[in-house]
Amino acid sequence: MTGLYTLLQINQLNNTAENYFPIGVQIIFAIGFVATMIGLSALVGPKRKTSDKLENFSSGIASHGNARQPMAVKYFLIAILFVLFDVEVIFFYPYAVNFKFLGWAGFWEIVLFVVLFLIGFIYIIKKGALQWED
Amino acid sequence: MLNTISFEAIKTAVQQWLNMHWGPHLAFIAECILIGLLVIVFFAVLGLLLVFMERKVSAVMQIRLGPNRVGPKGWLQTSADTLKLMLKEGLTPDGADKFLFNLAPFLIMIAAMLIMVPIAFARNFQIWDINIGVLYISSIASISVIAILMAGWSSNNKYALLGAMRSGAQIISYELSAGVAVITMVMLTQSLSIQDIILSQQNGWWIFKGHIPAIIAFIIFMIAATAETNRAPFDLAEAESELTAGFHTEYSGMKFALFFLAEYINVFIVCAVAAILFFGGWMPFHIGNWEGFNHIMDYIPSSIWFLGKTFCLIFLIMWFRWTFPRLRIDQLLNLEWKYLLPISLANLLLMTIIVVLKWYL
Repeated sequence: MTGLYTLLQINQLNNTAENYFPIGVQIIFAIGFVATMIGLSALVGPKRKTSDKLENFSSGIASHGNARQPMAVKYFLIAILFVLFDVEVIFFYPYAVNFKFLGWAGFWEIVLFVVLFLIGFIYIIKKGALQWED
Repeated sequence: MLNTISFEAIKTAVQQWLNMHWGPHLAFIAECILIGLLVIVFFAVLGLLLVFMERKVSAVMQIRLGPNRVGPKGWLQTSADTLKLMLKEGLTPDGADKFLFNLAPFLIMIAAMLIMVPIAFARNFQIWDINIGVLYISSIASISVIAILMAGWSSNNKYALLGAMRSGAQIISYELSAGVAVITMVMLTQSLSIQDIILSQQNGWWIFKGHIPAIIAFIIFMIAATAETNRAPFDLAEAESELTAGFHTEYSGMKFALFFLAEYINVFIVCAVAAILFFGGWMPFHIGNWEGFNHIMDYIPSSIWFLGKTFCLIFLIMWFRWTFPRLRIDQLLNLEWKYLLPISLANLLLMTIIVVLKWYL
């Protein structure tokens, strides 16, 4: 048996919140590690703040205005397409695990699913959503 | 197994000792603390080692010596660098969103540390075997995108913001084909647990047993992994020649070091996942009925097998970095959306046919 199972005697089938206790411990340690490193660095490092030093870096030129300007819409388009496609990819997970029981009937269903996936894909290509040069 | 000194033996001995001397509750807490500290030490050593390895590999590829002054053959160079970074001032620029700016390094390290949990380092040596192992890894891995976007946005710097946007688009795009490649391998095992995936490769690694779809999935996974860890030839997020350092331009001192560390930890993790899915994790290399040969292979400790495979893959990724020129953002996204995604979907269907016909044994 692996690591903590033997000690905690967690029922493997029982997927309750307490099963994820080791992950909680890891989060605490990660926060502690980062806080210690940054804290230690702040403690031993110099603290000489000048207004020039605290300016945003722009290769030595005086920075102009706010950096948070509107970005190219393409990045957001990619993000939205990702959401659509990733949801479809997530649907493959339960399918992949139970695939053997489903046999050929399952295979034709997955073909149908991939075809639907591809129709959407062809549609976004035809619409020019992935066209980067105008 | 005849390995008397193995991680499994050490683990069992420590567990027994703790349970004997302290109560079960105290022993459990002690074990949690021990594991947490071990992961942190492992992180630090891994970071130092991989940065040193990268510098030496790049030196060899460019026919120069690389770091060779601090310590024997330069071994202590990265430790000295870390010490230097520790002694530097950690600045937060005036224009930055102070809270988010300081939160980003925490988030990126938490994500890196959490993915470590289900990875099996040796036979029966795993922090925790989750029954959804692979899904857990891919879901936690996507948290790092949020950290990168947070770092880029909060810096209030044009380079940082552009780097973060590019990085976000790139990571989420390549997550699709990486996910499909992983699912292709899950098809063979029918389980998401890392332990089950490794045990299913007892009589041969999937890269050999899985025929051509496994090889295609491996190639796609390595390309996607390189892109997801923001490494050259896909390092647009921190393209030095155009964006200074990308999303961590404004970070200095220890906070910068943490981003740097997280990058190398992520490289290790994707290579470890590839080693588990395609090369059998800690499973030794066996050839059919060659009893003598298989027996010799069994003598090599399982941890050496796992780390050997992982470091070979890390070397491959470093090799990419020092041989290929950087892509443009449109080329990068075209590669994913127009080539890798359809290929990986077709590959998935091919694999399902193989599984239904039971050709993989």
